[in-house]
Amino acid sequence: MKKDTIAAISTAVSESGIGIIRISGEEAFAVADRVYRSPGKKKSLSEQPTHTIHYGYIYDGDKFVDEVLVMLMRGPRSFTAEDTVEINCHGGVYAMKQVLETVVKHGARPAEPGEFTKRAFLNGRIDLSRAEAVIDVIQAKNEYALKSALGQLRGAVQKKIRGIREEILYQIAFIESALDDPEHISLEGYPEQLEEKNQGWLQEIEKLIASSENGKIMTEGIKTVIVGKPNAGKSSLLNLLSGEERAIVTEIAGTTRDILEETVNIHGITLRLIDTAGIRNTEDVVERIGVSRAREYAEDADLLLYVVDSSTPLDENDEEIMELLKGKKAVLLLNKSDLKPVTTEEMLESRLGALDVQRIIPVSAKEQTGIEELEQALKDLFFEGKLSFNDEIYITNMRQKADLMSARDSLRQVQESLDMQMPEDFYSIDLMNAYEALGEILGESVGEDLVNEIFSKFCMGK
Amino acid sequence: MKTVEEFVDVVVVGAGHAGCEAALACARLGLETVIFTVSVDSIALMPCNPNVGGSSKGHLVREVDALGGEMGKNIDKTFIQSKMLNQSKGPAVHSLRAQADKAEYSRSMRKVLENTEHLYIKQAEVAEILTEEKRITGVKTCSGAIYHCKACVLCTGTYLKARCIYGDVSTYTGPNGLQAANHLTDSLKAHGIEMYRFKTGTPARVDRRSIDFSKMEEQLGDERVVPFSFTTNPEDVQIEQASCWLTYTNEKTHEIIRANLDRSPLFSGAIEGTGPRYCPSIEDKVVKFADKNRHQVFLEPEGLHTNEMYVGGMSSSLPEDVQYAMYHSVAGMENVKIVRNAYAIEYDCINPRQLDASLEFKKIKGLFSGGQFNGSSGYEEAAAQGLIAGINAAMEILGREPLILDRSEAYIGVLIDDLVTKENKEPYRMMTSRAEYRLLLRQDNADLRLTKKGYEVGLISEERYQGLLKKERQIEEEIQRVWHTNLGGTPQVQAFLEAHESTALKSGTTLGELIRRPELSYEMLAEIDPERPALPADVQEQVNINIKYQGYIERQMKQVEQFKKLESKKIPKDLDYDDVYSLRIEAKQKLKAYEPASIGQASRIAGVSPADISVLLVYLEQYGKTGRAK
Repeated sequence: MKKDTIAAISTAVSESGIGIIRISGEEAFAVADRVYRSPGKKKSLSEQPTHTIHYGYIYDGDKFVDEVLVMLMRGPRSFTAEDTVEINCHGGVYAMKQVLETVVKHGARPAEPGEFTKRAFLNGRIDLSRAEAVIDVIQAKNEYALKSALGQLRGAVQKKIRGIREEILYQIAFIESALDDPEHISLEGYPEQLEEKNQGWLQEIEKLIASSENGKIMTEGIKTVIVGKPNAGKSSLLNLLSGEERAIVTEIAGTTRDILEETVNIHGITLRLIDTAGIRNTEDVVERIGVSRAREYAEDADLLLYVVDSSTPLDENDEEIMELLKGKKAVLLLNKSDLKPVTTEEMLESRLGALDVQRIIPVSAKEQTGIEELEQALKDLFFEGKLSFNDEIYITNMRQKADLMSARDSLRQVQESLDMQMPEDFYSIDLMNAYEALGEILGESVGEDLVNEIFSKFCMGK
Repeated sequence: MKTVEEFVDVVVVGAGHAGCEAALACARLGLETVIFTVSVDSIALMPCNPNVGGSSKGHLVREVDALGGEMGKNIDKTFIQSKMLNQSKGPAVHSLRAQADKAEYSRSMRKVLENTEHLYIKQAEVAEILTEEKRITGVKTCSGAIYHCKACVLCTGTYLKARCIYGDVSTYTGPNGLQAANHLTDSLKAHGIEMYRFKTGTPARVDRRSIDFSKMEEQLGDERVVPFSFTTNPEDVQIEQASCWLTYTNEKTHEIIRANLDRSPLFSGAIEGTGPRYCPSIEDKVVKFADKNRHQVFLEPEGLHTNEMYVGGMSSSLPEDVQYAMYHSVAGMENVKIVRNAYAIEYDCINPRQLDASLEFKKIKGLFSGGQFNGSSGYEEAAAQGLIAGINAAMEILGREPLILDRSEAYIGVLIDDLVTKENKEPYRMMTSRAEYRLLLRQDNADLRLTKKGYEVGLISEERYQGLLKKERQIEEEIQRVWHTNLGGTPQVQAFLEAHESTALKSGTTLGELIRRPELSYEMLAEIDPERPALPADVQEQVNINIKYQGYIERQMKQVEQFKKLESKKIPKDLDYDDVYSLRIEAKQKLKAYEPASIGQASRIAGVSPADISVLLVYLEQYGKTGRAK
């Protein structure tokens, strides 16, 4: 029932030609005006007639974001019956994200699951007979969002947010105990202590926000697992794909020392690239653990990159890997094409049979050849719709980032209150807001947390 | 056999802090009211701490006063020491607390009751409530007398099936050895009302002649006393004040307690009631906060005409001999003589979620309740509920809308909403942290927030209301003037700023801007503000607060706007949650149990998710348009 202004990508988050960012709510025009620049310095969007289209640019302050067409619809003549602005931007995932983030930064809130539809319904735009369908959308999307929200959050990040949150709660409880029982608990010299802590939290959250921009926080992207026998050249391929010239975004050691994960952006398509241990039958206990992990990852993948060493013959280990390929989208890479071929494309094709291998590409990690063909193949798959990006995940991520930013803003407000030498009770209000925002990320509400913390940590009363 | 039979408008059961406010409100609104008490000598009794107010509780007293209640006036007449707590902190958490002369407080309230028209005091134990078709029709006393009524307010405090315990001694009495009320619970249960059993406790009272004050720190009242009531002339409360005394427990005290824990009924399981975490017994503190090597102990006089002193901070239910030993281990109390032992008390109260926000039972029309009976604790919480329950009993009889304050309007609103909406497992105490809009709910502006409502109800006189309107006008005009008064960097202004260690002016500014500087205030700026009109102190205070904290206040007002939108979406009383398509089972169960009045209230129920609220909104939309969905 929030009547504030919401925004979301309203087309599929994929490499389509055009992407649409929809903004709806009382401030839709005002928000759009804050990010839109017309080429001829014409009137602001708010002054333009309804149901018109305007060419121009999206700017985040002085930073150019994208070239766009903006469509204006004043309520009630719009889908939600509210003032609505639709920004048609370039269709790349990256471009759409940038435009949406800019809009959110300038006053819109990421829409909740099903929220546009809900508003349309509540504003009488959708027939009453469709109420159940609307409810289904809200419930289904919400369930998905709840499930995915935590699932996507990397373990280390979750732990960090929980840690900050606990610390904040403790400080609020301390302040509140002192306010409640001033004769028992003193706040002498407390602002200095809080300032130090607050600076620490701010830094941590800033870091989280900065890293969220390159996927370190939330695992978004197409889960791409590199499989193959040992020494087939998987790691060098990973290094190659995530080389300096590409936008390497992250490097996180896996839970076991033999799984390495990197996020790679290829022509605007985000891949979570996961390197696994070579698959073979082995008696070595440690290696066997690695192999079984590799299998698990492969089973869970959206796309498999199967690396074959063309200088060695296929054996029973390859048979086993091909088993893993069953029912999966896969691209086969014939590596070491610089050496004398022992295994050829033709030999492989005859073995693959009914497997869903999209392409076989000869590559040489050493000579760095075949990489462009691989990238092109990935791009084609994406545009053909054979690989897709889960936009719900993306939307959840967006919301989590917005929550981080809101927590940061609250902590900045705390800092401002400290600078202004405001009395202590002012701090706890903004600290509570930060606590709430961080809780949203974890899917935890506040409830009686504070009262419980006060009573369990501080001794008070008659 | 012939029995007494009487006809009245309102029956109030219990004459404690809730009952007195309820009865006064009804009688003052012209309704024939009878107030029952087990002992006329214990009207407005303070069986525990000898003070009124304190953090957030002071706010409640101010609000009760702003609505036309009696507690503030009564403590202003009978206090013996007063302090504004948290003065070094923000205005939202300033809280008034006064030590009362207990006997005087009680006597004075009794006098007010006895001199109120339409109000009759009756000493009797009410044993049954009488209903017809889910509507209250009267009450029956232990002696069989029947009082027919149109509305009834239950304010039984801690008296229902009360049991006092220390060590292995337990007596079936109410506080201070007063007679318990042993019958009403059964009648309420027979009417389908769900009961809880709560517990609280009180420390010993000791003879002041046996205390060595030289080993304690004296605690004085404020030099300039601020009255509780907006109607009290501040000059009338500048009295000579009594002192309180501070001392500490020590390791020896804690050792004595630890060595005797097995003899405590709290730890042995002899007490089944749920006790409050915010006023733990000394044995609780020692166990839970084992790392603290001392706890504060405040000795507070119970009155001017008694030697009894209240041992604040050391409530207990340990056996008598252990009480002696532990009190004697405290500095200054080595030879102390105990007048009344510390004890724990158990009593019956209700699950307050059976009430509407008007404090009327959902299942029994015309039956209202307030105070500890509703699962709260504290004199102030009781008075606040008693007043609202009384007003709403009267409103119902008079065929008018109930007075319901929401969380953005008053601490009373927070208190009642928490009671009727949240799971409450211990006696509920008010705290400033429970009020999410506390910057707006200050004790200094309780009159500006609520007196108009009190006037509309009929408990505020025309004269007082006109005074309020004048105050509002003066505040508004002065704020405007201050923002429009320009100042340049004249030598006088620069000298003033330098004297107060404030940055010199580089260009012109307004008085308003200067007030916002942390080191300055409205009052200080009088020196460089020759045009300033003579204004009462309370008006000046409002001007200062409103300008100084403007940014914060505006932010909270925005939050309140959001909050109000959800509160104003009402849920029809006859809504069948089983009809609501796709609502999760847990949410359905919770909503059925709580029967929230608005979407806002529904959203505060634990176990109801934001998605459930969305579903409910969509359903209500459909419901509203078709009269009945599906």
